[in-house]
Amino acid sequence: MPPLLLEARGLRRSYGAAVALEALDLAILPGEFFALLGGSGSGKSTLLRLIAGLEAPDGGTLLLEGRDITRDPPWARPVHMMFQSYALFPHMSVAENIGYGLRRAGVAKAEQARRVAEVLALVKLEGFAARRPHQISGGQKQRVALARSLVMRPKLLLLDEPLAALDAGLREQTGFELRALQRATGAAFVMVTHDQGEALALADRVAVLEGGRLMQVGSPEAVYARPSSAFVARFLGAANIVEAACLSLAAAEPGAAAYALRPERIRLTPGGEAIGANAAIGQVREAAFRGDATLFVVALDGGGELRVMVPADDPMPAMGERVALAWDPDDLVPLAA
Amino acid sequence: MRRVLVLLPAWAWLLAFVAAPAVILLGIAFGTGAEGVPPFRWPFGPGLAWQGSFGNLATLIQDEFYRDSLWRAALLAGSTAVLTLLLGFPMAFAIARARRGWRVPLLALVLLPFWTGFLLRMGAFIGLLRDQGLVNAALLGLGLIEEPLTLLYTEGAMLAGMVHAYLPFAVLPLYATLSRLDPVLEQAAADLGATPATVFWTVTLPLALPGVVAASLLVFIPAAGEFVIPELLGPSDALPVGRVLWQEFFSNRDWPMAAALAVALLALLIVPIRLFQRAS
Repeated sequence: MPPLLLEARGLRRSYGAAVALEALDLAILPGEFFALLGGSGSGKSTLLRLIAGLEAPDGGTLLLEGRDITRDPPWARPVHMMFQSYALFPHMSVAENIGYGLRRAGVAKAEQARRVAEVLALVKLEGFAARRPHQISGGQKQRVALARSLVMRPKLLLLDEPLAALDAGLREQTGFELRALQRATGAAFVMVTHDQGEALALADRVAVLEGGRLMQVGSPEAVYARPSSAFVARFLGAANIVEAACLSLAAAEPGAAAYALRPERIRLTPGGEAIGANAAIGQVREAAFRGDATLFVVALDGGGELRVMVPADDPMPAMGERVALAWDPDDLVPLAA
Repeated sequence: MRRVLVLLPAWAWLLAFVAAPAVILLGIAFGTGAEGVPPFRWPFGPGLAWQGSFGNLATLIQDEFYRDSLWRAALLAGSTAVLTLLLGFPMAFAIARARRGWRVPLLALVLLPFWTGFLLRMGAFIGLLRDQGLVNAALLGLGLIEEPLTLLYTEGAMLAGMVHAYLPFAVLPLYATLSRLDPVLEQAAADLGATPATVFWTVTLPLALPGVVAASLLVFIPAAGEFVIPELLGPSDALPVGRVLWQEFFSNRDWPMAAALAVALLALLIVPIRLFQRAS
């Protein structure tokens, strides 16, 4: 077990009657890319602000490399944050923005200039040092904000929805750049996002939050393939939640009340018949073309519906056609109630 | 065309009630005193023949009394501006950062003094500060002093009245700027290692500077011509230009001298007015 970089123990925070975080335990490892995934009101942003010191918890402890930082003010924490709105200082140039933290730390002038130039090169903004924030594009602002935090060489960098303000086309590329920067600097990144695709694509580990509680923590592959609850299964994508009572199921792990069944795991045969367990028949009600595959919504004869992903090369059923569905016992992932 | 129609009333108003009086004032300043109503002669007689005088202008520059009155006005307006800023900035900042539902009531409180007549409020100041006033009565009652302090008709009373009267003019523009300042910028500065004092000097104040400039000029410009407050609360020898102007017009009936003083005051105020325009 490697030493922990950051550890949260029983962290609690509420706003009046609204509970934002409920006795949350969390551990961040050195140099990992960690994603906090959740919808609005899940407490993910509150958690980030507590780690940065911008808010104080009602209870619980935060340890950074074993040292208690719970009561440290934000300016005394060696943790830095990239804000969702970037929060660039409008009255300073790009270089002055990036050098702000170095000036506060009393770094010598020459060393300041060297490190600002170095980090400008890292985010590929060499020619922009003298520009003002209003003179650069959204993507460039994002990189300046990143550079302003990275120049402090933090062991832990917090990113609040780092890609949310970017155009869709820029998001994927910037995500890869973020990942590359994280590897190059060796800093641990903790990213807050509401976009499950982003979290799964970038992070080493993903934590799914809901109602101020951690629902599941694990590698993207594990969380995606083995969601622990109906909420996580639904949040991570279009998984079908099937209740054991409604269908004839023969799961590899029997006994659960409900199972997650991913749409791409269901085999669809036009016109067929349902034979035995782990099979059903129904009628195609909706079809959505997704490029590499088509998603069908099949209304089952016994009531309810299943979503089925059919690869582009396979034969496609027509709307309203009767189809047979089948899946393997291993594909039924048991869910906690 | 439609634009002209919209602007026409405003232009006509400014022409009739600002530009024309200013020209008349300038005319009187170069005129000479005379017995009669009005008590002066225009600088141009029949057939535009020059009958004016530069004497008032010369007096203004040479006579220490008038130079001093201009200087005193600048000093009074300047200290009023500085004090209203020092008081108004924390007030405006607190209002801007108050909960949403609190901001309008708090701003209304800033404007509350305007609901009472200005002269009435100055009368209240007199009631507070005179020898048998509330302040002295309270201090005597508490046994803190043996004899009443001379509070009224002092520089301090005058300044207190000025700051009281002009404070809203500082708070409002400061509030307008500070309410638009994103608190996330201050959080970002703190996150990068800035202590609260450093956050203020490096982020809050520089970004609030347009509001600070607007506030200080909105206070300084009218305060420079203020006459009522020094008259009612100040010492009798405190003669800022506004008060001297009043005396020249109404006591000495020397309209040309008073007009020359008014023109000089206007000329001095053009500098800060230009600054204000450039800043906004």
